Amino acid sequence: MKKRETDFVVGLVGNPNVGKSTVFNCLTGLNQHTGNWPGKTVALARGRYEYKGNGYVLVDLPGTYSLFARSEEERVTADFISSSQADVTVVVCDATCLERNLNLVLQVLEKTSRVVVCVNLLDEAEKAHVEIDLSQLEKLLGVPVVGTVAGCGKGLERLQGKVKAMTEGNIPTKPVQTVPKTGSFCGDEEHKTDFLAELYIQKAEEIAKACISGTGERPWQRKLDRVLTGKFSGTAIMLTLLMGVFWLTIQGANYPSQWLQTLFGWLGGKLSVLMQNWPVWLSQLLLDGVYATTAQVVSVMLPPMAIFFPIFTLLEDFGYLPRVAFLLDRRFEACGSCGKQALSLCMGFGCNAAGVVGCRIVDSPRERMIAILTNSLVPCNGRFPILIALISAFFVGGGKLGGLTAAAMLTGLVLLSILMTFAVSRVLSKTMLRGMPTSYAMELPPFRMPRIGKVIVRSLLDRTVYILGRAAAVAAPAGLVIWCISNIHVSGTSVLLHIAEFLDPVGVLLGMNGVILTAFILGFPANELVLSMVLLALSAQNSTQPLGMVLTGAGWTWQTALCTMLFCLFHWPCSTTVLTIYKETGSKRWTLAGVLIPTTVGVLLCALCNLLLK
Amino acid sequence: MKTVEIQLSRLAEGQQGTVRTLEQKGSMHRRLQDLGLISGTVVRCLRIAPAGSPVIYEIRGAMVALRTRDAEKIWVTV
Repeated sequence: MKKRETDFVVGLVGNPNVGKSTVFNCLTGLNQHTGNWPGKTVALARGRYEYKGNGYVLVDLPGTYSLFARSEEERVTADFISSSQADVTVVVCDATCLERNLNLVLQVLEKTSRVVVCVNLLDEAEKAHVEIDLSQLEKLLGVPVVGTVAGCGKGLERLQGKVKAMTEGNIPTKPVQTVPKTGSFCGDEEHKTDFLAELYIQKAEEIAKACISGTGERPWQRKLDRVLTGKFSGTAIMLTLLMGVFWLTIQGANYPSQWLQTLFGWLGGKLSVLMQNWPVWLSQLLLDGVYATTAQVVSVMLPPMAIFFPIFTLLEDFGYLPRVAFLLDRRFEACGSCGKQALSLCMGFGCNAAGVVGCRIVDSPRERMIAILTNSLVPCNGRFPILIALISAFFVGGGKLGGLTAAAMLTGLVLLSILMTFAVSRVLSKTMLRGMPTSYAMELPPFRMPRIGKVIVRSLLDRTVYILGRAAAVAAPAGLVIWCISNIHVSGTSVLLHIAEFLDPVGVLLGMNGVILTAFILGFPANELVLSMVLLALSAQNSTQPLGMVLTGAGWTWQTALCTMLFCLFHWPCSTTVLTIYKETGSKRWTLAGVLIPTTVGVLLCALCNLLLK
Repeated sequence: MKTVEIQLSRLAEGQQGTVRTLEQKGSMHRRLQDLGLISGTVVRCLRIAPAGSPVIYEIRGAMVALRTRDAEKIWVTV
């Protein structure tokens, strides 16, 4: 996306949850990228579209309720609007909640007259029997008002038209002013802000009364909410959905993973033919090292993510997730955090890196940090295969009952990691991240039917491909290193085995052994690699024997397997996650904390287990 | 008619009240302002969480969940 000198800059503002991103995505398509506002940690998405021969750069400013400059997001938005950077500001409003949205509109109008108001989600308003007189609204606000249903693309062309006309100075505007220009205010800053805030709210109420008719009642929504937040029904549905998503992800990913492995195997064969005449060490390094590792990471990571993230995004867009946060808030409040951490925690089951990014929904910085630091305590998709493989190999018999026992054990492990998250959150909030739980006010958006097709495409692009890209970028060099240390021999044995031997005493203390510990270290690029690293170290990666036999043959006992599973749950985050923590916190110190916290938990737990079991 | 002033947290599900005083200071106070909760606003209690907190209120057309400890600092007349 290149900005040309003649492009116009359009700022996009609005409350959270009004469909601002939908408008942004519809207008800019794939022609967008995200970056930081210079010098700040607020991420802004910029995109470009062309309309009737002109180029427009659309800047998606953070969702905010007001411009009083109390938070970083508000400051950035207010600055942007007031600066000469924006040629036009588009304020996106939710038609089902117009009165509250007008608060922001009025504040924007106080700063600039080049505004186009976009009243979105008109279809939802219609369903709620809310009628908005858009022309009356336009009259009262003094700036153009366009009604849209961004999800269907309705009204967007008219919006582009108004923006164009505005940039050309073709629309006379007389924006309504809320704050009286005359007279001075006596009182301190706090009271002044209060006074101003109330002015805006009252004006918004006035205008809303003149333009909106209808009750906005939707009985089926109230009924659904009753079920989803009920004492028994709510919890039951939540657990069922969680189990369901897990099961779907794990089961559904099996076949695609195998296909991908077959595909990559075939491709690898072709590559080796191509590299026939290359020096052997080079072709082996590239094929068995770089290519094989990257191929494995991708084939194991891609299918579960491609299932998990779209489902998660669908639940998110539908509006279900805030209800989960609502149900769990009390428990998290007791740990010094808030219900929204439940959501980033759930994301973490898909991928810890995505979970860390998901912590952005937690407004309070202190609680956000707690959520970020504890996210790695829940197992991501990459760790499930190891857990399942070890459970099946060491703890369960065959047959129907076996499958059920395995599921129960897995659930038990998941519950353990959730409990650990609560415990660690509690400790953090009392020690490193001490402070009062702050300003919790969570809006519960009305239920909306998500556009399934669009959601799938969006989540695949934004989350899956992005995370996968990062993972592949790390897997390639990692594969190189792994090949080197397993094939370079020093005094008879490979470097890999030397390392394993060196780490053996530590490993044994933790109920495992040097090989396992080395495998975990080598699994830093991606947790999916750990099991194959173990097999590699045992020179058994191509063995046809069942896993249980291979491992028992190498001296494993069920205690070893148990400690390995515990360490799998609680050890350092994978490289992608560490990178993401650094990007989100901007601090090396906290990133280190993010690495040490789960590791410490794992070390203590395994040592304890080892002590008790021996 | 005598009007009773009670804490917002004491509203029963379905009950409505008009805000009289807000005792919070600082960021919570501003948060509530952002959501349109000022003196004179009509608020309706929609749903109380099974654990007792938070509680969903209808504020100017939107559904907002507030923790009981914060709702205790808001006084309304019913």
